[in-house]
Amino acid sequence: MNLSLLLEMSASTLEDRPAVTSGSRTLSYAQLDAAARRCAAKFLSMGATGVVYCGTNDASFPVAVFGAAYAGLPFIPLNYRLGEEQLQPLVEANRGAVIIAETAKVPGADPEMVVLRSTLLDASFASGADVELPPFVDPEDVAIVLYTSGTSGTPKAALLRHRHLTAYVIGTVEFAGAEPEQAALVTVPPYHIAGLANLLSNMYSGRRIVYLESFDAQVWLDTLRNERITQAMVVPTMLARVVQHLDGSPADAPNLATLSYGGARMPLPVLEQALELFVGTGFVNAYGLTETSSTIALLGPEDHDAAFAGDPVAKVRLGSVGKVLPGIEVEVRDEDGNVLAVGEPGLVFLRGEQVSGEYDGGSVIDAEGWFPTKDRGWIDEDDYLFIEGRADDTIIRGGENIAPAEIEDVLRRHDAIVDAAVVGIPDDEWGQQIAAVVVIAPGKSVGVDELYDFCQQHLRSSKTPYRIEFRDELPHTPTGKLLRREVLADLLG
Amino acid sequence: MDIKAGSRLACPECSVELVVVRPPSSAVVLTCGGVEVVDAAADRPGGGHADASGDGTLVGKRYADEDSGIEVLCAKPGPGTLAADGREVPIKGAKPLPSSD
Repeated sequence: MNLSLLLEMSASTLEDRPAVTSGSRTLSYAQLDAAARRCAAKFLSMGATGVVYCGTNDASFPVAVFGAAYAGLPFIPLNYRLGEEQLQPLVEANRGAVIIAETAKVPGADPEMVVLRSTLLDASFASGADVELPPFVDPEDVAIVLYTSGTSGTPKAALLRHRHLTAYVIGTVEFAGAEPEQAALVTVPPYHIAGLANLLSNMYSGRRIVYLESFDAQVWLDTLRNERITQAMVVPTMLARVVQHLDGSPADAPNLATLSYGGARMPLPVLEQALELFVGTGFVNAYGLTETSSTIALLGPEDHDAAFAGDPVAKVRLGSVGKVLPGIEVEVRDEDGNVLAVGEPGLVFLRGEQVSGEYDGGSVIDAEGWFPTKDRGWIDEDDYLFIEGRADDTIIRGGENIAPAEIEDVLRRHDAIVDAAVVGIPDDEWGQQIAAVVVIAPGKSVGVDELYDFCQQHLRSSKTPYRIEFRDELPHTPTGKLLRREVLADLLG
Repeated sequence: MDIKAGSRLACPECSVELVVVRPPSSAVVLTCGGVEVVDAAADRPGGGHADASGDGTLVGKRYADEDSGIEVLCAKPGPGTLAADGREVPIKGAKPLPSSD
């Protein structure tokens, strides 16, 4: 199985159905397929060894993704927001690749290999001679290289092979299952696994994608209505901005059947408000990692509805990532590798056909096929998976393992707090002590003592921060993951 | 015929085209409408099946034969029905999931 097959099938079955809208331009499935084949031939005639994409969401993005697949070349989306210093080594590591860029200046790039992205949609961007596309692309070939910035340091190149991504798509999406009027609004960045998985799933289901170049709450809401969007996906930061922007008034998105979220932990207060404002919309929480070809667990609309209706068990499960997909196995193990019982927190391991667990430089999959996610979590008696956070972020205070997320959730529940970060700071007596950094909501005020009291009411004393500081904002990745190492450096600095 | 993952197969007589999702673990003869499928790049005379009984083969459906382990995805539909060593190959049930992306 090769990624290009996904589009080829949709193009031959759905033909003139609209596939992608970006600004005023819409490409049908047949047009997208033709453009991807034309670009594939051109990439090969240029002698390219890969296809780098450096820019925002645009109709040229799917053309580049499927063009790379038709050519049998790896697709490598880079974070266009990175500074020159960080972008240049990534560009240089992919020397030989054609670079599809939003602007002509790409640090470290060979100018002859830079192609402005608007060119991809131009029929004159084609190979002169008769370049034949490879008749067979091995499912073992690398389809996509994603630099996972993670939250803890130097980017690593995660490798996803054709077989991983196609296993995810054909295992979870019904081919051409979408109604012709369905449309998905996409604002997640193209260099994130969610943006890629989203593209593949929607193209295979026959659902039109509407791209927004950048996120703005009002533009996003307007687009929901104007484009009659039926599916949308957001990261927590975006939903928080939408909720704040709506300021209590209903979202008025009558066509929106599903709103899915993921990419980082969703603060419960944001989710609860969103459930209230998006009447008639089903919410889906998707959990996955780059190394697992996106989603491996889902919390579906019924679970959200039950929680919203006040079911106490469902309310607890609103803090979970739901159940793992069919075909995915999960184990929770202790530090020594022993499999833990239901309800016991430990390290989360995953296994399944979509799980790659491979980087440029080696695989971290063990002999039995298990991938260590490095997330801590547990499973409840009905197989709901709860994720506490990254194992590296766990605070060990006096021998007790403390998940920062639990304390952050409590702080965020305070009226005056919009964001919170909890980290462990070195301490001679306890090993680590708990420190919190909070951001106060505009127009609100709160003192340190009040926050200590608030934490003590809601948490065991061993989990109450011993130090609380205020900042104007907290550092996040573009998908909303908190950069705890930067918070810690700031506190220690 | 060498059937490996990713191979493209086709019916010589009808429009059915297949992609191998999982190769067989033991040798198997895969037929469409009673005729052995061929490499998709091979010569396909067409002409249709004399006997078009059965449900045909549906695009986007996965067909899996438990005995041999072979699993294929139908990339182009047609009237021919798949069989592995004469056994009809059933559609592999997919559980629809709520849209997550």
